[in-house]
Amino acid sequence: MDKANFTNLFEPFDARATRRYQHLRQAARTCFAALAIPTARFEDWRFTNVAPIMQTPFVLPSVARMSAPRGPSEGLRFLVRNGQFAPHWCRVPNGAHIGSLASANTDLPALGQIADESGNVFTALNSSLLADGALVVIPDGMVLDQPIEITFNAVAGDRAAICNSRTLIVVGKNAHVTVVERYVGDGSYFTNAVTEIALSEGAVLDHVKLQQESTAAYHIANTQIAMAAKSVFTSHYVSLGGALVRNEVRVRFDGEYAEATVNGLYMAQGKQHIDNFTVIDHAQPNCASHELYKGILDGQAHGVFNGKIFVRKDAQKTDAKQTNKVLLLSDDATINTKPQLEIFADDVKCTHGATIGQLDAAQLFYLQSRGIGLEQARRLLTFAFANDIVNRIKIEAVRDELESRIVR
Amino acid sequence: MLTIHNLHARVADKDILRGINLTVKAGEVHAIMGPNGSGKSTLAGVLTGRDAFEVTQGQVLFNGKDLLDMDPEERAGEGVFLAFQYPVEIPGVTNSYFLRASVNAVRKYRGEPELDAAAFLKVVKQKAKLLHMPDDLLKRSVNEGFSGGEKKRNEIFQMAVLEPKLCILDETDSGLDIDAMKAVADGVNALRSPERAMVVITHYQRLLNHIVPDFVHVLSEGRIVKTGRKELALELEAHGYDPIKAGMAGAAS
Repeated sequence: MDKANFTNLFEPFDARATRRYQHLRQAARTCFAALAIPTARFEDWRFTNVAPIMQTPFVLPSVARMSAPRGPSEGLRFLVRNGQFAPHWCRVPNGAHIGSLASANTDLPALGQIADESGNVFTALNSSLLADGALVVIPDGMVLDQPIEITFNAVAGDRAAICNSRTLIVVGKNAHVTVVERYVGDGSYFTNAVTEIALSEGAVLDHVKLQQESTAAYHIANTQIAMAAKSVFTSHYVSLGGALVRNEVRVRFDGEYAEATVNGLYMAQGKQHIDNFTVIDHAQPNCASHELYKGILDGQAHGVFNGKIFVRKDAQKTDAKQTNKVLLLSDDATINTKPQLEIFADDVKCTHGATIGQLDAAQLFYLQSRGIGLEQARRLLTFAFANDIVNRIKIEAVRDELESRIVR
Repeated sequence: MLTIHNLHARVADKDILRGINLTVKAGEVHAIMGPNGSGKSTLAGVLTGRDAFEVTQGQVLFNGKDLLDMDPEERAGEGVFLAFQYPVEIPGVTNSYFLRASVNAVRKYRGEPELDAAAFLKVVKQKAKLLHMPDDLLKRSVNEGFSGGEKKRNEIFQMAVLEPKLCILDETDSGLDIDAMKAVADGVNALRSPERAMVVITHYQRLLNHIVPDFVHVLSEGRIVKTGRKELALELEAHGYDPIKAGMAGAAS
């Protein structure tokens, strides 16, 4: 496989993009050229075949002329269409900056510094096509109760396009904020998303990602989080759509006494393939991480969970817990689950566990004996399994939406 | 209401029921007693459609319909209710969600309109009051973290809400202390009515002090070997099951 399908896009991209991030694009293209395309021989890609993506000649999405909405939206809601930040009409709190990367009026030293372009070919590709995206900067001490919701909408054209979605979230000292990323679209396209998150000392971020792409779409996402001392990061990443999906989450503790909760729910059916790849790097002592991923696989769906936890030599008093639970609803669904702990410190608490099961026959019979038909009983128990994650999401509207979607 | 004729059933190639005959009329309470392994719980499982049991012979009619031909949920729709010996825990599903799904499934089966949230809550609160159920029960996950007594009371509570025609109580007294047993028995007695029949399966006579039966049947090795009035239970309590077994052995020789 070669990368010509993508490198061919660079020149036409530059022709229509501003020069603002040209230096970042150039640096990323050097990485992109040097990196190999992952194959099954790569340990981290053993169960996910990206050949369908590499072999598709994606086009750049059409540049849409978007007009501002006529009235103020309810809440802090923003739209990114085909990678372009749309005009909006929200009352952004004074001091906060929520808007487009293209028109940011400050320098963004964190941009491109958290995501690992030299180690991830898709991240390098994202930066190679970086011109716009979403930016959230919350100043020191600001506490925002209202969630910020950013919808990444892929609008299909005549040919399958690459939607290069980019987000930078910077949370200042002791600031609190909730950010929801939602990915939706129609038809065939390739979302290549990179989200960089920088949490300052004592910052608190509640991050939710709802991946509801079209079932014909490819979705590759890399979310990287750099956490300063005493910061708190909570994430719930829900994957429902997409034909071929890879969600990478990489958390790095850069200071002590920080805490990360990394939860996920993935539901796949038909021939969907959903790969969750998480890395939690305990580079500093006295940090805690809690990770719970649950998967529900039906039809011929294929799920992958790979959870790495590194505890570096000096990271004493680390408390790390990782769990992956999978519910297989059909005989043909497959899961490959792999916990991977590498511990170089000696005074730490680390646990991991994986369970794979089917719906419980005794529970099904109990529901049936109360008049509930077999199909409804299966849905109810599946919902109960998923609800364990859904219930932990703090935004009620998101919980309600997911509940009705899962019970159907 | 219920007619069991020459019922044979097995579990994993082992014959458990070997020709049960039993007729239960509306308004009657029948106790089925017997030693461990006599087939009491198998009978309950066969009547409610547990698929671990294979019926090899015989017939069960419920209000004239072939019960064995129905799925478990259809039997519930027809009005058969089993209070489980070991109620199942369902983490993540609240009692109220579960009960509403159940009530509406049964109503739908009977061609009745489904209850909306307000109407359902009214019914449930009234029944909870009748059975002195704690208010927080509805918000808790089905049976999760319940004590033995709470689980059994929750079964009776479900029974009260679903208003079945035939109630089968499978060792509802097992694992309960005397107060918990009395609370459960009071709940059952509150549900006795001329339109409703009950089959009370128990190992011990003590439950029958509180739920007084019209008939007592002794089950042994998969057959009903003796039938009597409530006094038979006292006799069993005094002498155990051995004399009946010995009588059978004597009759056979």
